[in-house]
Amino acid sequence: MPSYSFILNGKKVSVDCDPNVHLLWVVRDLLGVHGPKYGCGLEVCKACTSHINGEAKQLCGILVSDLKPTDQVVTIEGLADTVKQPLHPMQQAWLDNDVAQCGYCQPGQIMAAVDLVNKAHAAGRDVSDADLDSLRNVCRCGTYPRIRQAIKAGAAAMK
Amino acid sequence: MSDMTDKPGRDLSRRDFIAYLVAAPTLVAAAELSSGATPAQAAGLPTVQPVDAYDLSDLLTDAALPTSNLITVTVNSDGTASFALPRAEVGQGITTAVAQIIADQLSLTVDKVNVTLADARPELIWNQITGGSNTLHAIYKPVQGAAAAARAQLTKTAADQLGVSPSQVTLSNGQANAGNGKSIDLGALAKPAAVSQTTKVPVTANAAANANVGQPTKRIDALDIVTGKKQFAMDLTDVPDALPTMVCRPPTINATAKALKNQAQVQAMPGVSDIALIPHTKFVAGGVAVRAQTFGQCIDAIRAMDVDWGPGSVDGKSADDVKKDLIAAELPGVPTVSGITLDQRFTFHFRPGDPLETNAAVANVTADSAEVWSSLKTPVWVQEQLCTILGMSKEQVKVHVAQGGGSFGRHLFGDAAFEAASISKAMGKPVKLMWHRTDNFRQGRVHPMCTSRVRVNHLGNSVLSFEQRHTSVATDFSHGFGELLTANLATLPAANSLGYSQAIFNLSVNSPYNFGVTTQLLNEIYAYDTFNTSSVRNIYGPETRTAGELMVDQTAKAMGQDPYQFRRTYARDKRMVAVLDAVAKAGNWGRQMAPNTAQGIGVHHEYKSFGACLVEIDCTPATVNRKIQDGYSGPRVTKVVFAVDVGLPINPLGLQAQMMGGCMDGIAQALSYSLHLQDGYFLEGSWDNVGYTREWNTPPDVQVIVMDPTSDSPGGAGELGVPASMAATACAYARATGTLPTEFPINHNDPLWFDPVPTTPPIPASPVTAS
Ligand code: FES
Ligand code: FES
Repeated sequence: MPSYSFILNGKKVSVDCDPNVHLLWVVRDLLGVHGPKYGCGLEVCKACTSHINGEAKQLCGILVSDLKPTDQVVTIEGLADTVKQPLHPMQQAWLDNDVAQCGYCQPGQIMAAVDLVNKAHAAGRDVSDADLDSLRNVCRCGTYPRIRQAIKAGAAAMK
Repeated sequence: MSDMTDKPGRDLSRRDFIAYLVAAPTLVAAAELSSGATPAQAAGLPTVQPVDAYDLSDLLTDAALPTSNLITVTVNSDGTASFALPRAEVGQGITTAVAQIIADQLSLTVDKVNVTLADARPELIWNQITGGSNTLHAIYKPVQGAAAAARAQLTKTAADQLGVSPSQVTLSNGQANAGNGKSIDLGALAKPAAVSQTTKVPVTANAAANANVGQPTKRIDALDIVTGKKQFAMDLTDVPDALPTMVCRPPTINATAKALKNQAQVQAMPGVSDIALIPHTKFVAGGVAVRAQTFGQCIDAIRAMDVDWGPGSVDGKSADDVKKDLIAAELPGVPTVSGITLDQRFTFHFRPGDPLETNAAVANVTADSAEVWSSLKTPVWVQEQLCTILGMSKEQVKVHVAQGGGSFGRHLFGDAAFEAASISKAMGKPVKLMWHRTDNFRQGRVHPMCTSRVRVNHLGNSVLSFEQRHTSVATDFSHGFGELLTANLATLPAANSLGYSQAIFNLSVNSPYNFGVTTQLLNEIYAYDTFNTSSVRNIYGPETRTAGELMVDQTAKAMGQDPYQFRRTYARDKRMVAVLDAVAKAGNWGRQMAPNTAQGIGVHHEYKSFGACLVEIDCTPATVNRKIQDGYSGPRVTKVVFAVDVGLPINPLGLQAQMMGGCMDGIAQALSYSLHLQDGYFLEGSWDNVGYTREWNTPPDVQVIVMDPTSDSPGGAGELGVPASMAATACAYARATGTLPTEFPINHNDPLWFDPVPTTPPIPASPVTAS
């Protein structure tokens, strides 16, 4: 069985597995990192959203064989380390706004939010309501209004 | 005219607690309620609008009484308190509310209280059911009593140790203070305060301490959630070799797998370890189960399976057929003699009961034991059924309640637990069973399709009668919640009969207006298991109230009155007037609105609580025709103002969250959230198909007003937000467009905006995108 390696939350990891296995399952089932959640496996619900080389991606849509050994995969578990803080400002904003209900969607929501803000800031602008409308992450508990508040607060703290 | 406030006799004073100190290594206190309505009294319900005096929430609370003494609070040597909550936490925030109650009695901060979810405890019988938004109503006082008993014992022990009298001891911040400068940590008292023999003690709740109850309190699991540490069923590692397992499901609802024609080929696929044919039964959806190294390999194996399927339970049926059957079964109304009659039937389509976490369970069944983990609201009932399914005794079957990623009615049943246990037994190996999302929509439990016909008769300045004839596809009440009713209402007929559903209908449905002769009746079609149904965030409330409130608007219009003033005038309860006034004021009711936009207002009373909702909707072509890739746009609710009176709010911040979530449901249910039944299956297979609220349809402005306490005990809240917001959205839509919507969601009969995924293979291929 082939072996694949990449960098997961700052640490080099290797897995022996079939090339056709998606990253979501490599991370969850083989490496035991459970922050990214399964909500559809169809790149629709965005519950599995994590960062690959700093950009939000759905792990359910990426094959392990498409990764290079130098690729950086960051899940919710590794987010705070990227800013060398106990919590990323977006996680803190989530706490401050008491966003979560069941919490199942929230790792994906936070990872998507960080990416949204990074992109807006890179373009030299603030996060707009239209940006917030463009988020596709499903929250079946309906925490959307608090997500919007938290992203605005998190964005301010990320400047 | 009736006043719908709680009967004063039901509010138990502090003296009513019997508390116990339980023999244990550290201090453990327990409490029960010593009085209250007994189940026998419940049979003598008034027949007209029984919900006025005694509702579903009372029934669930009374059913809990005989075993409430088993609620225990433990004080630990590290100065924390722990409590194993005999309920399911599925996002509604009850663990946080319970921590607040205990923290107040012990003068601790909320973070010093550990609340976990109790395993199935057969001795609790009915006291372990999470349903009807009833949790806080049922357990507030017992939890308070147990914690108060612990406080008294800690105080007494501290007094002994510090050499003062108990009256001199005060508790604060995890310490007992003697008032003379001496103090001792509660943790140091945990062992000395323990008793070696269980004893009865008198209890006075610490009413003065309200540092946490009533204060906005953040969720106790929030940090675990935002750091990815919160564990749901599929994140558990208790059984290391419980490998990923999924099921190949049939092309139509409830069909049975007869044979897997290419077993050898599938067995040889990468990662696959086991395959088993799982028959469709009363308990188990079934199909062909596959266990593999990863879920991705299960998906690939399922897609490769060539299965011979038997017939399903509704083959060939479409929504139009069901609608015809519903209309044919509608009960007749009362003949009217005078006045003007408004008469309208509303149709509500099937909608999914999907939480974001799909059905999931871990099971380890061996020859003589079984252990199961799943999010379960009726774990005692699930354990009983597992004994039947596995042919084991209760001692052999252990049931653990996992944290749930939402519920929406799904977890009243043990679907995933039963199926996982059956597969584990068939394979002889532990399994981690997860449903695919597409199956979760197509084969999972749904809110039953129904019609609600409303007739209002009015003459001059009075409304003479209000009649509602609700006709529904049968709701499955075979879970423990249903058993509770049969056990506690002596007059009830057998399980899953129409009378059964009617009892729940009568206990939960009401018209909150003084509309003269008021009758609301339910009839059902089909058997309880023809479709897979459950009460999806409310049983009958959203539909009966939406139909009712639309007709209230029609009646107000016919009588030349303003919708808000009209509701105020006919309100049966002053708490309802208060929530209406609150939203009208904060939402600036009656303000000038642009063309194709409008306000709408709706109210709801249930679970001892009142809610009113005001929305503003934008139905302008620019908004309705927004292009959303792969998604539904349609009208957008731009503003929500919700006022909620739950009697005694324990955690206003959590309560606001619950109402906000309820409004996201209500809006979607009115506008876009449904399943299309066609040829025996549902067309929807993805979140992009079902039209549930997404960010692009989230109201930019949402305000939830928590009313001041109106009672000394908390009413329900988990589902309260849905009916009022759904009704308000429908009313706003009618006013913005000038057309009365009669089919819900209002987009249901529009051309489909998606291409349904195929039914064979039953789940779509996993997408492949470049990293
Ligand atoms: S699980 Fe990856 S997008 Fe839904
Ligand atoms: S918090 Fe439950 S799905 Fe988002």
